[in-house]
Parts: sequence; structure tokens; C-alpha cells
Amino acid sequence: MSRLSEQLAAGRFVVTAEIAPPKGVSIDLILEQATAMKEVTAINVTDNQGANMRMSPVAVAAVLVREGYEPVLQLTCRDRNRLALQSELLGASLLGIENLLLLSGDHPSFGDHPQSRPVFDLDSIHLLEVVKSLRAGFDMAGKPLCQAPSFFPGAAAVPEGEPFELMFQKYRKKVLAGARFFQTQAIFDTVRLERFMEAARLLGVPVLAGILLLKSARMCHFLNDNIPGVRVPRDVIERMEKASDPLEEGVAIARELVCFARGRCQGVHLMTLGQEKRIPDILANCGKQC
Amino acid sequence: MIVSKQKNREELLSLLDGLTSLFLVGCSACATVCKSGGEEEVFRMEEWLTSLGKKVTGSVVIDSPCNVNRTARDLRDHRVQVEEADAVMVLACGAGVHSVVLKSGKRVIGALDTLFLGNTIRNGQFGEKCSLCGNCLLNETGGICPVTLCAKGLLNGPCGGMEEGKCEVDRELDCAWHLIYENLKKQGRQDIFTRTVPPRTGGKNSHPEN
Repeated sequence: MSRLSEQLAAGRFVVTAEIAPPKGVSIDLILEQATAMKEVTAINVTDNQGANMRMSPVAVAAVLVREGYEPVLQLTCRDRNRLALQSELLGASLLGIENLLLLSGDHPSFGDHPQSRPVFDLDSIHLLEVVKSLRAGFDMAGKPLCQAPSFFPGAAAVPEGEPFELMFQKYRKKVLAGARFFQTQAIFDTVRLERFMEAARLLGVPVLAGILLLKSARMCHFLNDNIPGVRVPRDVIERMEKASDPLEEGVAIARELVCFARGRCQGVHLMTLGQEKRIPDILANCGKQC
Repeated sequence: MIVSKQKNREELLSLLDGLTSLFLVGCSACATVCKSGGEEEVFRMEEWLTSLGKKVTGSVVIDSPCNVNRTARDLRDHRVQVEEADAVMVLACGAGVHSVVLKSGKRVIGALDTLFLGNTIRNGQFGEKCSLCGNCLLNETGGICPVTLCAKGLLNGPCGGMEEGKCEVDRELDCAWHLIYENLKKQGRQDIFTRTVPPRTGGKNSHPEN
């Protein structure tokens, strides 16, 4: 049983964070970032995030296991067909990886290899079902495994997605396909998060609200223009523009969102993009009535 | 209809290296509508080849060169001209090229790129609405194909990149799943949203021989 699954089952407010594998073979920076994440329950390792080519997340997650951290392996359907996904999962299990975040994946047109052929042999729902089947001891073709892997499968949610009903149909399918926890896309709109949690709560699967540390107003515009599913609202951009110390303001915004998520969500997933040392500040009491 | 377009002249020129005479084959069906290999385009190609100093031994525009028997018959009718040529240049889709390969016994130059199964939107403008995947879901999706119109070909609803019903790949484009949802809602139907659609099977993995 992974620590993440135990803490969620125990009803603890869980904190996860995220690191991106290197472009190259040095993992010094990864280990440095992980050290600053000592207090979090588990660390997500992204999979060619934004369709940018980087080191295999299985390799990085395995190093984290070796170093005493608990990873959440992100796995997308963009770059692998059903054979590759299943063999990757079995390999991950051998290396001590239990937590999974199963995704369809950003389209290659966003990344640094825009001409690459998108695979999408399976989608995120199928991948959840594949994991369910592997855990039960069978591959997708129904062939028995010599030993079944132990996984704690999670999926992504988009609380701010519109139309809500359409987005939520997909969420419900993910629950039915075996998602045991959710980590959401970066959220900024607390009204929309509230509405989402009202519906999601009824399905009984823990949700960790995605909270992204904004570092500058320029970054807000970049996110809005380039990152699928992330929408920084006008008033947040204005706060960042007016701030004398934008990073400090970003920390304050993240802190307020964490406070809002307490009592509404089952945890938070922090995306700090190189500012891991600010995690304690983001988790501190925001001093407001959220 | 099979949509095709002519290869650029630079690429064609590189394909003609060492050849002095050609027989031309056009298509009176799809390639005529696409203006890539009809009477007019075969004529223009002949003019261009002649201007390069190549000899065009003859030409024929076949009624659907994808039909192997008809292609065999028309090539037989031009047997002498075909024999005289170093190669046959085909202004038709890949299926047409293959018929000529099968039935001419000559080296074949494909002059077109074959693009997709297309709907004619207006004259000279085509849209791709079906991918010929062999796992048709249209009866449950209000007639809108997610395999073709979703950038990721997702089968179980929109990805996380959908924003206000638009596609993450191009914000000008409607998300296919949003179109499906709106269409079914209008008809008071749930259809594809009530079940998990399994991964696609077979389809493109088998290529019928005969």
C-alpha cells in the first residue's frame, strides 16, 4: 500500500508536488528539488510534459524510490501504444512504483517535436481499465500475468472545464474505470472549484486540487496562450501586474487557494516549477477566512 | 471522394531523372474533381514535360483508375504508346497508381499525394469527416466522428484541453466532443455518453488483398 493511498484512506489532507524529468541525463537538479519536497506525501513525475521530449518518467520515478521518496508516475497515451503502455506499467511495478496518474496527454503540436505522430491507441479511460485488469492479473488480451502488480491509479480532472456537464461526464467515466484519486488541472476560480466539488463529492473519490505557483504576470499570459486547460483569470493577472514582488504575490495567491481547498478537497497538488523551497510558505495559514 | 493534390514540380523533376519518354494516366473521377489529375491537368503536365525536353508518347484519362479491370482495358487500348515510354506517370490516387503498377508492367511515377476521404464543401474545398477506421460510432454520436474530428481521436469524451467547447490544438476549431454533446442534447439523446467505448480494434491492421 502506498503512503498516498493510506493517507487518503485515513482522511488526511494530502499534499503532492511535481517535478519534470531532465532534458539530458543529469538528475542532480531533480534530487535537489526532491530534497525541498521532503514534507509532501508524494512527488509526481511528468511524462514528456507539454509534449516536450525529456527523460523517461519511469527512470526518474525509480530513482526517487531508491532515494526514499514516493513518486506518482504520470503516464500518457500520446507516445505509446497498448503494448508499450502495459510493458511500461509492469516495469514500473518492478521498480517499486505504485502511484499512477493516467492521462491522455497533451497533443504533440504543443511541444518541441510538433511533427511527431500522436499515438492515442488508447485514451485515459482505457488506460485506467488496463491498470484495473493488470492489478487483477491479466493483460489487455486476457493473458494471465505471472504476478499481478500493485498499483494505486489516479486520473486528472478539469474543475474549470466548460461545458460543465460534458466535462463531468468524462469525470464520472474515470471513476467507473477505476480512478482511486484525482489530481486536478491548475485551478484559480474558487466558484468553479466549489461547483465541481459539490458534484465530485457525491462520487466519493478523493480530489487533490491543482495549485500552480505564479511567478510573474508574463507567466500568466504564457499559461493562457500555451497550456491546454489552464486559464488564469483577469483579476489574478491584475494582482500579479500590480505586485511589487510578483513571486511573493504568487505565493500569497497559492496560499489562499490552498486554504480554500482545505475542507473542500482531500488535498492539494502543488506545481511550483523550480520554487520548491516556497512550499512551506504556500502551505502556511493564509490569515484570511477562506 | 479521395482527395489528392499534385506533388510540387521540384519533387516531380527529381523523379524524372534519367527518363526521356512518358505515358500519362489521369482519373476522370476524384482527381478530376480535385483538379489534380483530370483532362486539364494531364494536358498541363504534358506541356510541362515537353518543355523539359521529355517525350510524351500518349495519355489516357481513365474512368476510375482504382478499378483494376478498367485500367487494364484502357492501357491495352494504348499498348503501343505505353510500351514506347520509359515510364508511366499516374495523376490519380494511390489506388490508381497501384492499378497501373499491376497492369502496365512499367516503371510508374505517382504524380500526386493522396490525402484523405473528403466531403466537398464547395468547389475545390474539401473537408475530412471520416477516417475509414472500420469501427463506426456514428449511430451513437449524432453522426459526428470523434475518431476523425477529435485531434486525439478520443473515444470517451473530451480531453482536459477543451476550453469553452473549443479544441486545445486550435482554439478556432470546435471540440468534436462538444459538437457531439450539443447534437445529442438537441435530440434529447444520451447515446455514447451512457457507456465506455472500448479501444478500437482491427480496422487498419488488415488490408484486403483482392
